[in-house]
Amino acid sequence: MYGSLWRVLPGPVWLRILMLVVALAIILFALSTWVFPFVDALLTPGQPVTVDP
Amino acid sequence: MVRSAIGVAGELLVTAGVLVFLFLGWQLWIQGIALNNAQTNEASGLSQQWNASPVGPVAPANTDPAASTGAPPADGSSGVAPVVMAAPAETKQFAVLYVPRFGADYKRTIAEGVDAKAVLNAGGAGHYEQSAMPGAMGNFAIAAHRDGWGSPFIKINELKIGDPIYVETQDGWYTYRYRDTEYVTPEGVDVLGAVPQVPDAAPTDRLITLTSCNPLYIASERIIAYGVLDSFTPRSAGAPAEIAGLTGKGA
Repeated sequence: MYGSLWRVLPGPVWLRILMLVVALAIILFALSTWVFPFVDALLTPGQPVTVDP
Repeated sequence: MVRSAIGVAGELLVTAGVLVFLFLGWQLWIQGIALNNAQTNEASGLSQQWNASPVGPVAPANTDPAASTGAPPADGSSGVAPVVMAAPAETKQFAVLYVPRFGADYKRTIAEGVDAKAVLNAGGAGHYEQSAMPGAMGNFAIAAHRDGWGSPFIKINELKIGDPIYVETQDGWYTYRYRDTEYVTPEGVDVLGAVPQVPDAAPTDRLITLTSCNPLYIASERIIAYGVLDSFTPRSAGAPAEIAGLTGKGA
């Protein structure tokens, strides 16, 4: 999967690496901005901190 | 063909594993930074709003009956009887918490209620609705996360006897002093009582109670920190010296 991604990318090695780094940055930003908060809301309450009867 | 299918499946599984670790790292670190910045700004906003529009003389209906009889705080260190605000609407941020032991620039909002999604997961503290308001005779009890969601109470076990715990409301600043810590089961609701652990007893002290989870990251117990009201500083008198540089300042 990742091997074929590397093969379909055009250009010299430095350009392919640059593209992958940019893509990774976009993915990480999207994850922490939208995906992780959404998952976090699904997982809550998480660690309980209150005393309850 | 089969080999490449297995290879792709393996890469997908590895990717899923990396995503789980990224999520955990985000939850404990990145989210905490974002929540703490938001908390600092919200807390500052509340202070600025209260400074800009003081509530003025408080109506007798809003004062603690015990306070209006002229009884000074339990230890008598201040002659000013604490003003007690009326209970706010659910989830409304009505106070700011300052605990220098938790950090020199530590401040968090206190909102009404202890619902995780509605209040606590915003990274601040929540007020047990059945407990008293700040400064009141009895017990002002709040809860906050200890690990994750900004970890506002992560240092709750580091409080030392006499440490100040400041609570700011529209009316002024309540200075509590940390007294002791207790560990209870998650069902130990008697810590919220007007006299903790003595149900139905008539209160004689003005207490603050902080609850959080224990042990760290496990939460099979609850850690309870108690403080006693030391003094009340009305808004017109300005913030107590120790936190004067902190109130109303942004992140």
